[in-house]
This record gives sequence, C-alpha cells and structure tokens, in this order.
Amino acid sequence: MSVLVNKQSRVIVQGFTGTEGTFHAGQMIEYGTNVVGGVTPGKGGSTHLEKPVFNTVKDAVDKAGADVSIIFVPPAFAADAIMEAAEAGIKVIICITEGIPVRDMIAVKEYLVGKDCRLIGPNCPGVISADEAKVGIMPGFVFKKGTVGIVSKSGTLTYEASDQTVKAGLGITTAIGIGGDPIIGTTTKQAVELLMNDPETHGIIMIGEIGGNLEADAARWIKADGNRKPVVGFIAGETAPKGRTMGHAGAIVGGDDDTAEAKKKIMRACGIIVVDSPADIGKAMAKALADDVRVASPHHHANRVD
Amino acid sequence: MNIHEYQGKAVLKGFGVAIQEGIVAETPEQAVEAAKELQKTTGTGWWVVKSQIHAGGRGKGKIVGTEQRGVALAKSLDDVKSISENILGNNLVTLQTSTTGKKVSKVLIAQDVYYPGESPVKEFYVSVLLDRAKGRNTIMYSTEGGMDIETVAHNTPHLIFKEEIDPKVGLRDFQCRKIAFNLGLSGEAFKGMTKFIASLYKAYEATDSSMFEINPVLKTSDNKIIAVDSKVSLDGNGLFRHPDLLALRDTTEEDPTEVEAGEHGLNYVKLDGNVGCMVNGAGLAMATMDIIKLSGGDPANFLDVGGTANAARVEQAFRIILKDPKVKAILVNIFGGIVRCDRVAQGIVDAYKNMGTINVPIIIRLQGTNAVEAKKIIDESGLKVYSAIALQEAADLVKKVLS
Repeated sequence: MSVLVNKQSRVIVQGFTGTEGTFHAGQMIEYGTNVVGGVTPGKGGSTHLEKPVFNTVKDAVDKAGADVSIIFVPPAFAADAIMEAAEAGIKVIICITEGIPVRDMIAVKEYLVGKDCRLIGPNCPGVISADEAKVGIMPGFVFKKGTVGIVSKSGTLTYEASDQTVKAGLGITTAIGIGGDPIIGTTTKQAVELLMNDPETHGIIMIGEIGGNLEADAARWIKADGNRKPVVGFIAGETAPKGRTMGHAGAIVGGDDDTAEAKKKIMRACGIIVVDSPADIGKAMAKALADDVRVASPHHHANRVD
Repeated sequence: MNIHEYQGKAVLKGFGVAIQEGIVAETPEQAVEAAKELQKTTGTGWWVVKSQIHAGGRGKGKIVGTEQRGVALAKSLDDVKSISENILGNNLVTLQTSTTGKKVSKVLIAQDVYYPGESPVKEFYVSVLLDRAKGRNTIMYSTEGGMDIETVAHNTPHLIFKEEIDPKVGLRDFQCRKIAFNLGLSGEAFKGMTKFIASLYKAYEATDSSMFEINPVLKTSDNKIIAVDSKVSLDGNGLFRHPDLLALRDTTEEDPTEVEAGEHGLNYVKLDGNVGCMVNGAGLAMATMDIIKLSGGDPANFLDVGGTANAARVEQAFRIILKDPKVKAILVNIFGGIVRCDRVAQGIVDAYKNMGTINVPIIIRLQGTNAVEAKKIIDESGLKVYSAIALQEAADLVKKVLS
C-alpha cells in the first residue's frame, strides 16, 4: 500500500500548459502516473500532451473524475488555484509553487477548515508512491519500491535520503514533501501519522530543518502514539545563523526552541533515532529496521507489549 | 526585507498610526535644518538624533572608538550638529552588529516626546507577527516597553500578552479595547491606544508585512499614544504587490556579495567559516553546511544554485564564493534529479577552465542521474579537483584537504 497517491489516483495539473506544468506533467505521465487532464483557464476543450484541458477544476472533476491535483501556477495566483481545487472537491491538492505571500496562505488555511481535502505544500517537491504514482517534481528513479516512508521539508534532501535508503538495501513506500514555507497544508505530524497507519510502511524517515515547531510536535505525537515504528530523524541547519532565512521562507531561527539543536533534543527524548550527519540517514534506517523485531511480523504493531 | 526606522514610520503614518515626528538627514547641516523645521512644525525644544541602520540596540551602541551613542538627545542646535558629526559616516557597533559595526549614512532628527506634563510618560511594547503553528497573525504586547522583549519574556513572562486575529473577521474593536485595558490605560490614552492598535494592524495587513515591532510605544505626558521606534519587516514574497515598498530597499545595509549573488539568481548567505559550498536545494545546502562542520571545517556560506546548474551559473557561484578570502576549500554538492549530473559536471569543467586557476582545493560530489558518467568527466578533465559520489566520501575529502 501507499498513502495520499496511488495507481488509482486521477490526477490533474493546474497550470497544465505553462512551461513548468508541461515539463513535469510529461515526466509524471512517463513515470506511469494516471494523469487525466489539466486546467488552464481559457484553453478548455483543447488537448495537451494528449490529455484534455479544462477551463475550471470543477469541469475536470465532473468530466474526468479528477481527485488529485498538482499546482504549478505562479505565486500571485496559487492561493486562488488551491481554493478552486478545494471548492471543486479535489481530495489531495499538491502545491509546488514557491513564493506565495504569507497573507495569501493565511486565507487559504482558513478557507480549507472543514473542507474534505488535504493540502500538501506549498513550496514542496510533491508526493511519490514508488511504482504507483509520482505527483511532483522529484526524479522518479531514486524512489525504488520498499518499506520506508519519508516526510521532508526539503526537495533534494529527500532525494538524498531516498538514495541512501535504496543503497542500504531498502526502498520507499511513499515520500511526502511537505514544503518549506511558514504556513503549509499538511504538517510533519500529520504526514508521519499517515505513514504510521500504513501497514506497508515499516520505518519512517523524518527530515526537518530550522524554524517553527513542526518536528517537535511530530516527535511528541510519535511518542504519545507508542513509537509504533522506528523513526530516523535529521534536522538541517545546525550551523545556520540566527535570524537569517536559509533559502526556504520558513527556514529561519527565531528563538531558542526552533534551532536544530533544540529540535533534535526533543526528538531524541521522544524515541526518534536522530542522526547528526546527513550522510548517515540510510544506514541508520537500515540498522533500525534490522534491530526492530516487529518488522518480521508486522501484525504485532497493533498489539505489541513493551 | 527590512527597512529603516524612518521609512517604517512613514509607512505607519500613511495608515493613520501616530508617530514621533522626524526628518531624515545625511549631513550635519541637513540635520540642523531638519531640527529647525521640526521646531516649527511640532514646537519641540529638544531633539533626538537617531542613527539609521538595520540593527537593534542603537541606543546602547557606540560609534567605533568613541563614547558617542547611536541614539542621543540634543538640547540645542549646536548639539544636533555635533552629535550628527560624530555619527554620520562612522561605524556604529551594537549587540546586533559585528564588532566592526555598520556605517551610518543617515540620521533621523526626531522630536523630543518625553517632555514633562500632567501625567507620567509610560513605555509599552507592541508587535505584530505570524503565529506559524496556528497560521494566524498575532499581536504581542507588554507593559514593559523600551526593553529587550526577550529579556522581558525570560524574567517576567506574565507581563507579555497575545491577541490572535481570526482571519475570517480581522481584528475586532473589542480586541483593541482588551489590549488597551490590559496595558492599564484609561481616558484619552485608552482611546488613543485602541486607534493605534487598529491602524497598526491595518498597516500590517495592507503592506504584506511579516513583522512589526514598535518598541517603545509611548504614552506622552499629555496622554498621546505614539510610535517612538519602528522595526518593519516585509514579506519578500509579497513585494510583487508593492513596488513602492520594494523601492525602500537599502542594499548598502546588506552584504555586497549577497546583493550581487541575488542579482544572478543565486540564494547566498555569507557566513564566517573556511569551507565554501555550492549546492542545489535549500535543505541539502543546509545539510551540506552541517556536514562541513562535522568534518572539521566551518561553512563559509549557504549557496543554493537552484535547479539549473549550468556552466554560467556554476561559474558565477564560484566567483561569488571566492570573493571571500577566508575560503580554504570548496565543496560542490549536487543531487542531479531532473538535471543530469554529466551536464552539471561539464558545466563545472567549463566554468573552471573559463576562470583559469582556482587556488583552493575543490571537492565535487555529484550524485543522482548519470553520476558515474559525471565522475568520469571530472576525473578525466585534468582539473586539480577531488570527486566523490557518496555524501560520506565528500565529507571525508573535506577532512583530508583541511588536514
């Protein structure tokens, strides 16, 4: 199994006919993702990459049965695109766009309250379920099928973690890029929870960075949930100076509690296997799974006694 | 993006926020003229000369090699002139600057607002910022104004209040009243504070700001509520909507190399270490800095070259990194996904040859699509560089070249 996206997902691309949308939609189709069309207002009725183009997300839902959307529209229009997808009934909305103003995301977050959908991102690489669906901009070949789930704020660091995991003899169920902005749709904790409840995922890699409290919240939840599966964690930015934005809009140390050091301390206290070096992520996961007796008989997850 | 106090105050005033009036000056002569003008318009008898740099702690900070404070009271026009002369063109060192300080090229001549009167003056603290966990804006305020808020949070956390704004309805009147009551105000000052808070929040939203910090907000002896200082940070992602605010950017306040890197589309932050790095992706770039440290070095910079690591970009990145004389080695760490490593490798070779000799060891780690072909291109190029595929190999090479 996998989470969020799979072979049955009916994916549309918002911003389908733009440069980014065209390139990545092509890559997704090549990977085997079930792309059922795209949305570009004003170009409805035409075809692009041999798929139908719709004027609105509502049309794509009604006529093509779309239930997952990936958004490539420019920052000024991205908040609107997310809300349109939610209103049309899309269940999983994945927003790749980087540079959306915080004010727009405050409105989006409020708009999504009570709606039956999940937003991933923005400013993220997307989601990939190995051998099933790639709804994102990641290189598909890095994600060999296996039993490890990944939750990450960063793109290339996710590819790095997956590559190390595969080289350590393992593979990936689903990798979720949650995004590096101050306001994102799905938190680290929520993404970890999805993987914790996925029977095919035996171990979880959680990659965070400086800024905010998402990793600490996830760590506390993992502990409260009984540390059901081994979790390997890495926090980027131990060497980042305070008060400077490090590439991602959300990657900024504000106080004493959102430094890499503070986060790692909480994660360790919550039973997460924290690596200080990003070169050790794959090795640590392999060791954790080899040491974990539960993996041999996964049905023990539900009723094990420590 | 940060702006100066005088610019922030002008923005606030435009939204009806009462401020300590002032006029900016670039020479001692302009400062005197500004003081005379202020005397006419506000009736002030004394003035405050305030250094305009992007750093806090100006009042306690000193001009290098002197006892001149960064913010000083002038009781005469002669004082205005001599203080301005002491400050302008010199470097101001505060707790938030480096030990060499920041050059002051503008002073704000401001009216004296601590004049005696019927009721005692009182300083408050007010800021507006995003609560990331809730995804909502919050007004943070305290009766303990004029002090470093982190100290207040540490010593007397019960004196810091927070008011969350519901995005559905915005800031409500009752919330403004609550804030004014919690600050212990009544009468004219109470009314002034509710208006101050409402205008301040309106300005925050309308300008796509990411932080306002007004410390102190002053109740004057005649019960006016005014902003005596302003720290305004604008959301860089919102600036496309505000060309007028973008025009307030003062690049002389930024590291020149960072400004230059930005002009070439490179996301670069200068640090103090001895190992430069060039990486694709922000997360991997931070992780690369961390691994440099674990290998016995110190990162000299953060540099995200982005998705298109072609020869021109790589060459520009090398030039930027090498502007820092402290750099003793460079680690290039590219995870080629959609971008093929062999193309990046060719870009590096071309850039290197174009630049002639680079006198520091370079470690090139290319992983991902066509990594083996890429290593071959590097190894056969004849360049004096080290190549690696696994991240650990790269870390070991950093250790080797530093020893």
